[in-house]
Amino acid sequence: MRFEQAISEFDPVLGLEVHVELNTETKMFCGCSTTFGAAPNTQVCPVCLALPGSLPVVNGTAVESAIRIGLALNCAIAPRSRFARKNYFYPDMPKNYQISQYDEPIAVNGYLDVDVDGDTYRIGIERAHMEEDTGKSLHMGGATGRIHGADYSLVDYNRAGIPLIEIVTKPIEGTGEKAPEVARAYVAALRDILRSLGVSDVRMEQGSLRCDANVSLRPDPQGPFGTRTETKNVNSLRSVERAVRHEIERQADVLAAGGTIVQETRHWHEDTGKTTPGRTKEEAEDYRYFPEPDLAPVAASEQWVEQLRATLPEPPAQRRARLQQHWGFTDLEMRDVVNAQALELIEQTIEAGASAAGAKKWWLGELARRSNDSGVALPDLPIDAVGVARIEALVAEGTLNDKMARQVIDGILAGEGSADEVVAARGLALVSDDTALLVAVDEAIAGNPDVAQKVRDGKVAAVGALVGAVMKSTRGQADAGRVRELLVARLTGE
Amino acid sequence: MSFSYTNAVDLAAGIAAGDFSAREVATSFLDRIAETDDQLNAFLAVDVSGALATADAIDAARARGEALGPLAGVPVAVKDVLTTKGLPTTCGSKMLEGWIPAYDATVTANLRNAGAVIIGKTNMDEFAMGSSTENSAFGPTRNPWDAGRIPGGSSGGSAVAVAARQAPLSIGTDTGGSIRQPAAMTGVVGVKPTYGGVSCYGLVALASSLDQAGPFATTVADAAMLHAVMAGHDPRDSTSIDAPVPPVVQAAANPDVKGMRIGVVKQLTGEGFQREVREHFQESLDALADAGAEIVEVSCPHFEYALAAYYLILPSEASSNLAKFDAMRYGLRVGDDGDRSVEQVMALTREAGFGPEVKRRIMLGTYALSSGYYDAYYGQAQKVRTLIANDFAAAFSQADVLATPTAPTTAFPLGEKVDDPLSMYLQDIATIPANLAGIPGMSVPVGLDDQGLPIGLQFMAPAMADDRLYVAGGALEAAIGWEARP
Repeated sequence: MRFEQAISEFDPVLGLEVHVELNTETKMFCGCSTTFGAAPNTQVCPVCLALPGSLPVVNGTAVESAIRIGLALNCAIAPRSRFARKNYFYPDMPKNYQISQYDEPIAVNGYLDVDVDGDTYRIGIERAHMEEDTGKSLHMGGATGRIHGADYSLVDYNRAGIPLIEIVTKPIEGTGEKAPEVARAYVAALRDILRSLGVSDVRMEQGSLRCDANVSLRPDPQGPFGTRTETKNVNSLRSVERAVRHEIERQADVLAAGGTIVQETRHWHEDTGKTTPGRTKEEAEDYRYFPEPDLAPVAASEQWVEQLRATLPEPPAQRRARLQQHWGFTDLEMRDVVNAQALELIEQTIEAGASAAGAKKWWLGELARRSNDSGVALPDLPIDAVGVARIEALVAEGTLNDKMARQVIDGILAGEGSADEVVAARGLALVSDDTALLVAVDEAIAGNPDVAQKVRDGKVAAVGALVGAVMKSTRGQADAGRVRELLVARLTGE
Repeated sequence: MSFSYTNAVDLAAGIAAGDFSAREVATSFLDRIAETDDQLNAFLAVDVSGALATADAIDAARARGEALGPLAGVPVAVKDVLTTKGLPTTCGSKMLEGWIPAYDATVTANLRNAGAVIIGKTNMDEFAMGSSTENSAFGPTRNPWDAGRIPGGSSGGSAVAVAARQAPLSIGTDTGGSIRQPAAMTGVVGVKPTYGGVSCYGLVALASSLDQAGPFATTVADAAMLHAVMAGHDPRDSTSIDAPVPPVVQAAANPDVKGMRIGVVKQLTGEGFQREVREHFQESLDALADAGAEIVEVSCPHFEYALAAYYLILPSEASSNLAKFDAMRYGLRVGDDGDRSVEQVMALTREAGFGPEVKRRIMLGTYALSSGYYDAYYGQAQKVRTLIANDFAAAFSQADVLATPTAPTTAFPLGEKVDDPLSMYLQDIATIPANLAGIPGMSVPVGLDDQGLPIGLQFMAPAMADDRLYVAGGALEAAIGWEARP
């Protein structure tokens, strides 16, 4: 069923669960490093390998990050929260239980406002809780890299015990046809907040931010919720939107044909744009939660919470609004800036002395084009705000014209050094020394007597041809404005 | 020269003074093990070369004039549930047969730092589940007072090692009485410290909220010396108490009970306790009263629910703690023929690796925690736990220490209760409340029954008042003048 038709017949309700890997230096319950990409099983110890007798100790920095996340999402912070064991057998989970939080999470009952096409949706936050990540199974042999058909499996426990925060929304209702976009906007807004807090790398492609999307449909928007499915493996913002859209269409098909939705986990496939079934509820585990006896409850005193509240950065949405007003950008321009991930870059470029218009011109123009061409994100290009500010300054003072500035950018991106070093090495400074220019001006007048006469006769517009000749003879390194002034002065005596 | 009947305090002093060498002492106890352990089966591993090397290092350090630790050269046997770097740690289970830990438990490290000579690892009920040491996968340990009888459990190997003078000191763990009950059955002193008083890091967990390691010794003063070395705050154990170790050595050195109020728990003296146990308990109270103590009666009405609560909390925690034994990273692996799935190998391994009592408790705990039953079982048991702690609080407002018989009976014949788990569980009726409340307890030998089998008396004190146990225990020891040997 097409999406529009599905929405006309059914009302979607969403629930989003986001897992965030914290960027603490050490794991949640031991002192092992959390660096991404190390050789397998080199960041492990008796605790995260669950060797007999080992015991967990809570990472205080992770608790601090959890509290800050809770505060940034307008949650209440529990003065006393507790860890619990979630029991199930899985080879990449060393203890065969995960230390998580169950009925006493650290943060509850918050919200996050997200904007979609000018409308604001308030997404309720049910809870945010702390837990540990599992190891990673690698299925070797076989065609698919999945467990079925594999010859054997290897487990890498480097990830086991990395601190995670799980953020769960309340049911998201009333979004109608905007449901997929609201889902995407929520994850994007959450990512921005987490990035501004500095608590996570929030790289969806590396798995440091992972989203599970619960979707259900009901015929009557006032009626009870329909049966939901939970779609996993949704690893980009675009996938969040597509997966929700697909699941709405799929469920609408099933319901319209008189079928029923099975409560199950489904897997999103980026390549086909479809979800396929995983575990059904009947097969689902009974996790036998109970309070973790190896750990004392986490006590978050009011004083500590307020101390952490004082460290919260300005909320990203508020900050964007403030900067937009300050810079005088239109909504459209601001959206381009955000989409290009240029907000911080422009802000820093302005701090380094450039004008708002100048900073935007370079980052969203020339540099955005280079970013697109090379597939390297704007913030990852080998040029920084200071470099761009310097280029803009050189243009403003007349040392460079735009064409030369682009050559300076070439040089910087090619690793030839700073803006000034490239200017010097490539001999790119504009010729604005009048003595040198006058020689070229006189040559141009001598070489184009007819044009020169027209100017003398009052057709000042004709001077353009002479300017072109000077620019040509100076190989573009002359300041065209100054050349024009000198020509007019020579020919008209003004 | 034999040091079998020299107590640990004198061994430490003699080695420090140069009266004899650590090597002579180690050799004496190693010889004693070699002579007796074929019959007793108290040890699962004897570290002859390691013990002698440590003893030699102590002797060399002394010769160089270096300061020696408080246990320098004193042999200590360690229950096989505490990890020992380089020495096998099996927990009495086929599941961990051959596993050699890469790290020391904090208790083990504390022993080494104090100069103790770790002489071997002792037998135990599998994963500390049992009260007779018959549940060991490596055969039962026998009671030196009567080789046809059990030594109590689960720390039966450690109790027997000290009772049979195979080691002057040993370490056990106590989850519901597993130090105090075998101490009573073998006629030695056994102490369960305050929960959190001794680090659990490296103690392979049975029930994390109840487990506590503690000392066995032949005298109260010896136990105090070992207790002081084991105890102390450990940042690697979040349940470890960050406070000074109670002054147990000083208490044992000056055991004056004058004016001490000793509370007799009404609910733990009458029915179900063997006649001689009751008689010796009363005689002990009289002796304490003669020494100046005031005997009062206290009531702990919720103790009758302790056993039931315990057998919900323990299996629940154990079912989760033992989940890590899955053939993936260490220990036994069964049925991995290249075709079977991970789940099949896990199941076959756990089927083959765990004994019947372990399986029974895993099933009990899995059931008690399952969805829909949690509140009725685990949740309710936790409430009982609070009520028991309240009972203790009330009792300790009337008494400085509490006294009960340690166990309802003396040692029973091997095999007698193997097929009767409930009767076996009742062995711990008097010791379990202390574990549920996290308070310390001590068993002191007080006499023999008509068949010549040892009887113990238990003292209990408020949390972190372990020193009071040593005052009361020391006074009782002096009053009774216990000198019986198996």
